[in-house]
Amino acid sequence: MIVVILIAVLFIAGLIAWGTGHRSPSAARWISLAAVLFDFVYTIVFWTRHYRGLASTFFLFTPTGPRGSLNAPWLANVDWAWIPSLGIRFHMAIDGLSLPLLALTFFLGIAGVVISWKEITERVGFFHFNLLFILAGITGVFASLDLFLFYFFWEIMLVPMYFLIGIWGHERRNYAALKFFIFTQAASLFLLIAILALYFIHQQNTGVFTFEYLALMHTQVAGPVAVWLMLGFFIAFAVKLPMIPFHPWLPDAHTEAPTAGSVILAGLLLKTGGYGIIRFVIPLFPGPSREFAPIAIALGVAGILYGAVLAFAQVDLKRLVAYTSISHLGFVLMGAFAWNELALQGALMEMLCHGISTGALFMLVGALQERIHTRDTRRMGGLWSVMPRMGGIGMVFVLASLGLPGLGNFVAEFLVLLGTYSVSPTAAILGAIGLIFAMVYSLAIMQRAFHGPRVEEARFPDLSLREMAIFAAMVAVIVWLGWYPQPVFGTVLPAIRNLAFLAAGG
Amino acid sequence: MIDDLREDAFVNGTDFIAILPHIIIAVTSVAVMLMIAVRRNHPATMLLTVAGEIAAFISLPYILPLAPHQTTSLLITDRYSLFFAGLLIAAAFAVTLLSYGYLERRGEEKEEFYLLLLLATLGALVLSSGTHFVSFFLGLEILSVSLYIMIAYMGTAIKPLEAGLKYLILAGTSSAFLLFGMALVYAETGKMDFVGIAGAATEPDPLVLAGFALIISGLGFKLAIVPFHMWTPDVYQGAPAPVSAFVATVSKGAVFSLLFRYFVQTNATEQHPLFIVLTVVSIASMAAGNILALLQNNLKRLLAYSSIANLGYLLVAYLANPAVAVPASSFYLVAYFISILTAFGVISMMSPSDGDAEDLQEYQGLFWRKPWLAAALSASMFSLAGIPLTAGFIGKFYLIAAGIGSARWLLVIVLVVTSAIGLFYYLRTIVTLYSPPAPMAEPVAPVAVPAVSWTSGCVIAGLMILLIWLGVYPTSILHLIQSAAL
Repeated sequence: MIVVILIAVLFIAGLIAWGTGHRSPSAARWISLAAVLFDFVYTIVFWTRHYRGLASTFFLFTPTGPRGSLNAPWLANVDWAWIPSLGIRFHMAIDGLSLPLLALTFFLGIAGVVISWKEITERVGFFHFNLLFILAGITGVFASLDLFLFYFFWEIMLVPMYFLIGIWGHERRNYAALKFFIFTQAASLFLLIAILALYFIHQQNTGVFTFEYLALMHTQVAGPVAVWLMLGFFIAFAVKLPMIPFHPWLPDAHTEAPTAGSVILAGLLLKTGGYGIIRFVIPLFPGPSREFAPIAIALGVAGILYGAVLAFAQVDLKRLVAYTSISHLGFVLMGAFAWNELALQGALMEMLCHGISTGALFMLVGALQERIHTRDTRRMGGLWSVMPRMGGIGMVFVLASLGLPGLGNFVAEFLVLLGTYSVSPTAAILGAIGLIFAMVYSLAIMQRAFHGPRVEEARFPDLSLREMAIFAAMVAVIVWLGWYPQPVFGTVLPAIRNLAFLAAGG
Repeated sequence: MIDDLREDAFVNGTDFIAILPHIIIAVTSVAVMLMIAVRRNHPATMLLTVAGEIAAFISLPYILPLAPHQTTSLLITDRYSLFFAGLLIAAAFAVTLLSYGYLERRGEEKEEFYLLLLLATLGALVLSSGTHFVSFFLGLEILSVSLYIMIAYMGTAIKPLEAGLKYLILAGTSSAFLLFGMALVYAETGKMDFVGIAGAATEPDPLVLAGFALIISGLGFKLAIVPFHMWTPDVYQGAPAPVSAFVATVSKGAVFSLLFRYFVQTNATEQHPLFIVLTVVSIASMAAGNILALLQNNLKRLLAYSSIANLGYLLVAYLANPAVAVPASSFYLVAYFISILTAFGVISMMSPSDGDAEDLQEYQGLFWRKPWLAAALSASMFSLAGIPLTAGFIGKFYLIAAGIGSARWLLVIVLVVTSAIGLFYYLRTIVTLYSPPAPMAEPVAPVAVPAVSWTSGCVIAGLMILLIWLGVYPTSILHLIQSAAL
């Protein structure tokens, strides 16, 4: 039930916020904040309650008999009939893979609401409705086990995101929103075709119409068809991730979106791509994925280097951060396709840490833009002396982004490289070079914005208490993940083992 | 033909019950005519029309136990025809209510409109239950002749007249094609009922094929599929908004239901040349409809192109295996009906009394002025684009499923690619609704002030609820559709 409650709370609060937004914008803000806070606390309580059980035994479930009678490895499970005549069920569940991502979703949801407090002054109600609606969609994506339901949520989260960019975005918002929508929607139609093809192949094999994840996992698909289906799934997730050459939507969408939109895009929407690859592409098509892995890893490495090089060349600070996302998500792609425990844990860790560090960077850029009304680094410089608190916070996340030991991103990237090394030393070496590039562009952010001579002599207010509170929370999390990531690994590892076990043929 | 009819010329009581919806609609149209002759009263005429439609709709479940029942060799009452009868009557009902709000604000002689609407509905009903060339042609002509006048009903303006004339000439030509095709088939097979034709034309015969091809071009005109689509944008633009809605839904739906029955019963899709022709037509419709709509700034023309594309999508299901084709296309038609009716409903509510609000500019920032109308129009656009939480999503899903289940890969790929292209113009429309209101500086294009009439308001609200309800929980209607298979 927990998943249904989480989604329902967001959705209902969104509707209320929309309704009250006309009369009292601050009511809409408080309601939204309360809803995401509730979801966050609920998820954390749920996590801690189940963590003891998770950590003490690595195998959450054991096969108790012949194939097909596996105990479902879910911590929470909801399975209702929805459209029985087509074999569609409302099946949602949480396991160790989705739980940390859900926590991240609500954490960044809080950040999104808080950071928009002053930035969004028009159509506040509708803004918060969209914000909560996206979060509800993302929650659904992370917890759906019926492929139709998954696709349903996958599509649903696009529409409010489209509104978020198109209505509250910056100068070229319409162009960016449209580009974002068409890229992702076109790719997901291929996902739809692949899901349906799998559904019919399963029906031909067994006579049963079902979209159930565990059932479809053991579908026997003929070789070449399996490769096409795998690519159908992969392309949808690769566009979201984004993997080069499917990335052109990302810099525009991130740059034009309002701050909360960028935070959710970078922090969460991209993660659904990584999640999809780990959850669906590889377990559903282990054979074709193994054949495809060298190409995917190569594209991941290319993304790491390409994103980093392009990031360095940007003068628009938001665009710069956007390109760093391409670079970081390359690690996720590489780790996922390396498909061993180390690399997968690293990939998941990277998703969490990138969500927080990049989310924070986007929030900083947003806060900066609110004050100096530009994102152009050529008009910045020497801001540390004016806004020391912002400079300090910026430093932390820049260091996180370049992978400084002691902060979460280091753990993640280190594990991915370690795991990849056993599969492809070349890829690991090239990926490690990406870390050096990361150093260059990350320090460039600091250098251009905060150090050097002042370009414009004007005084700006430093971070407010509201902003400091959320940044402090984010710093705490990223430091915690850097020093003591074990709770995350303890949660993720059983799920990864289950997946690997199932993908290997159960 | 005479021989055909004589065999079962004897009509008994059951036969009358089986065609009760037709009779009720026909009787209502006579009643409306008499009422107009006695005294003109717009609300009363509308109420009488609505009462007739409701009565016809209510009669459907009572007829259900009779199905399947053949009334003479012309009409059949089976679950399929009853389903379509329900759909067509419901759509006509929505159009009636929309027209009331629309007509109330313009024109002097409003009452005859309902007479025409009822007759057109009757024609549509005959089409959906027709099993014979005679009922086929009669239904089509009743529908078309009523439509000529309905399209040009606002006769004082130039555009409706132009549209009406265009439709008259082209529909006349297409009927000639259709008749010629029927004549060819009849000449070769000696049969006019669909089952008889199927029995007689077992092996592909050039004349029969030519006849089928001519019939397809005649029907293609009504369905507005490429290459018979040229008239659509002009007629949609020129006709009053509720009439455009009627042309896009009832007229096309009825013809489509007949096309389906005809080709399933005559096994025509198994004849390879026709299959190829329809595949090409379907691909061309999807591509042309979506591409031509891309840069439209006129909402009515945009919807016209969108409907061309939608009929192309429907043909994908049509070319799939009949077992999945009928439920898939029926559901898609339902979704399409609701979406198009909502869109035209909003247009007719937005329209000032001296024309139609069709320029996209007039809708700029609508969300901030009339949030509910804008929400309805966006729901309709999302549904046409196939976004979840709307009926259109389940519909498109079902279509693609039917295509993949029958391994029509080319069609499915084209459907997917053109849908992605189509997103562009649906989203463009939606963005217009949500962008900041247009500055009032230009007095040339005054922002339309929608006069919300309660009937139109209720219809749009109802349609919007249905649109979302079917998108979230389609199980209810799926049962109905799956039992209505041919």
